[in-house]
Amino acid sequence: MTFGAVKALDGVDLTIHAGECVGLVGHNGAGKSTIVNVINGSLTPHAGTVSYGGNAGQHGISVARANGIRCVFQELSLCPNLTVSENVRIMHGDLKGWNWRSRALALIKAQLKEIFPGHNIDCDSTIDDLSIAERQMVEIAISFAGIGQRPKLIILDEPTSSLDAGLAAQLMAYVRRFVAEGGSVLLISHILGEILSTSDRIVVMKDGRVVADRMAFEFNSRSLVEAMGSVVREREWQRSTAMKAGSPVLSMSPRRGHGLAFEAYRGEIVGLAGLGGHGQTEALLELYLSRNSNWWAARRRETAFVAGDRSLNGAFALWSILKNLSITSLGELSSRGMIDRGREDRLGEDWKKRIEIRTPDMQNRILSLSGGNQQKVLFARALATAAGIVLMDDPMRGVDVGTKQEVYEILRTEATSGRTFVWYSTEMDEIRLCDRVYVFREGAIVAELVGDDITEKHILAASFSEGKAA
Amino acid sequence: MKLSSGTLRLIIPAVSLALLLAAVFYMQPRAMSYTGLNLLFNLAVPIALATVAQMLIMAVNDLDLSMGTFVSFCACVTATFLQASPAMGVLIFLGAIAAYAAMGMIIHVRELPSIVVTLGMSFFWGGLAVLMLPSPGGEAPGWVRWLMTSKPPFVPMAIVASVVIAAVTHFLIMRSSFGVLIRGVGGNFRSVERAGWSVIRIRAATYALAALFAVLSGIALVGLTTSADANIALRYTLLSIAGVILGGGEFVGGRVSPIGAVIGALTLALAGSFLSFMRISPDWQIGAQGAILIVVLALRLFLNRLERREKIQ
Repeated sequence: MTFGAVKALDGVDLTIHAGECVGLVGHNGAGKSTIVNVINGSLTPHAGTVSYGGNAGQHGISVARANGIRCVFQELSLCPNLTVSENVRIMHGDLKGWNWRSRALALIKAQLKEIFPGHNIDCDSTIDDLSIAERQMVEIAISFAGIGQRPKLIILDEPTSSLDAGLAAQLMAYVRRFVAEGGSVLLISHILGEILSTSDRIVVMKDGRVVADRMAFEFNSRSLVEAMGSVVREREWQRSTAMKAGSPVLSMSPRRGHGLAFEAYRGEIVGLAGLGGHGQTEALLELYLSRNSNWWAARRRETAFVAGDRSLNGAFALWSILKNLSITSLGELSSRGMIDRGREDRLGEDWKKRIEIRTPDMQNRILSLSGGNQQKVLFARALATAAGIVLMDDPMRGVDVGTKQEVYEILRTEATSGRTFVWYSTEMDEIRLCDRVYVFREGAIVAELVGDDITEKHILAASFSEGKAA
Repeated sequence: MKLSSGTLRLIIPAVSLALLLAAVFYMQPRAMSYTGLNLLFNLAVPIALATVAQMLIMAVNDLDLSMGTFVSFCACVTATFLQASPAMGVLIFLGAIAAYAAMGMIIHVRELPSIVVTLGMSFFWGGLAVLMLPSPGGEAPGWVRWLMTSKPPFVPMAIVASVVIAAVTHFLIMRSSFGVLIRGVGGNFRSVERAGWSVIRIRAATYALAALFAVLSGIALVGLTTSADANIALRYTLLSIAGVILGGGEFVGGRVSPIGAVIGALTLALAGSFLSFMRISPDWQIGAQGAILIVVLALRLFLNRLERREKIQ
């Protein structure tokens, strides 16, 4: 399987049996998404075969679906303008005839209840009105639902990227039940704990090849990361000691009239923690707008923003990698209103080297990159500006361990040189890297943790105190 | 009570139509009669049909700039072929619908911008219309004339026709599986594709259906005017787009509302009469019509913002 000059899959041999959960891990650009697209029929391999249930030969989306293959994609793929039940209708072609609405509604309600007991999603509302976590839940439920015959193989590509820990645990428990009943699941995730605890067998990919294919109990998180080819770094970060020096560069009064006020000082990495969707993104946007008018962009921007949802508000899909990278620094790159091409190219080459964007040519379209590499470009976009404050909205969603380590390193050096980072993350490992952490609950800041107090235990305690899980 | 975003989308067009109607009645109480209403809304029927056609195209994220010339072409066919030899007329219409379906396929397969393709096609339809009727003329077929001028008891034909159009298209677009697929293509065509549907077929069918409504629009127009002209409906391109937007539709994302589109068309037709009643000189009418459009759209933006704020809290 090749894309242009890049070989995405090279001699991959993968067998998935009934009644087993196969975990698939690998770096960004290791070929995971490609193999998913080959299995579900969107891509036809240039060489080699795909066979469903033993019969090879035919290939295509409808053949794959007829063989009970369903896919939950990394980027959410529902129709946002339709209601939940209408989306069920689209995903299930055999839901024909009169009264399909009520049947679709019954189907999705039952399935949601089975996977995520206690959810409160209104199945009559349009997808637009749901939060990102709810959308993901609906998509997962639609894929697991079956009329007449149940699906045989479900491919879950980063299914928990927008779910909080509780929902993720519910999903993983359901995956085990589904497998026990004879279904198969191909689970792709960057959360190694999930892979290790849920899969029967783990396949590790690297550069378009399978490098390891062993039973799950033979792995632990250390050996898994080693197999992927990146080195585990257990060491803690040297947190910057000169904290709260001078006056805050960024501050915000308590949100919703209660809780703590927000402050950030020069050279700090401030983390925003808490369960997903508890007002962290809104806080970031408010911080951004407090320094940059909504109507009239400031000439010299003090803040840069790294978006989390790159297909929605990050990448310019039709532009080249270079153009995507340089868009925020055009002011510095141009003289008398004209862009200096040479300087732009130099900027591109510089960042390509610094963060290792995997592409033969910066002029290629941004969509030719894998998801993690696209995110790296967005990172570089913010870091390439002269802005002293960088706001990050869960930017590492779906980025592999190796890339993350590289980015952490860059963040640390940038912070030492005086930049301030405000970082919302749903991953505990990232929050632990911060100098100071604000924990959000129900839209307000409920706790501030500093230094060694930043532990999973403390953060969870703050996110859940008052005994009410949201 | 919690309103769904779909209902909220319908409130603004309905309220603006009611306000406009109230203003017209206030200025000209005699309009509040069977004949008065019929006269006010008569010309809205073809506009409503053209708006529905445009709405279908917009539901799959495209835009049809040939709507006006295509309706003019259909009007010319109605006044000539359909009147002289009905079989030939029907055949021409079927051919035109097939041409629309083919246009949809080409736009999809070649990933062409629909605006460019339909703009090109508008010259094609316009040319055909001029070839058929170089000077205004022709005659409406008897049954069309009868249908458009019939007087049902209690409610004038224009209102009955609008309600029927709204009901039929609502069922077709909002309730049926086919409608879901059309809007699904507008919302996220990749997910429709991944679910195993043929998007090219859906697009072709959507374009064909839109052509069917445009044909009906041309027939209805001739039924009212009794004769046709190659430039009879040129305004319909922009009127139909404005009608869809007024009715709560959006240019992209498959967010359309058939009932809203019909209401939007009625509002546009009424706005013209309203301005005449106000004794605004025709020189200013187009500008004033634009002002009405802007006011309604501003209201909608305001309401959307309120809705979003509510969602956050």
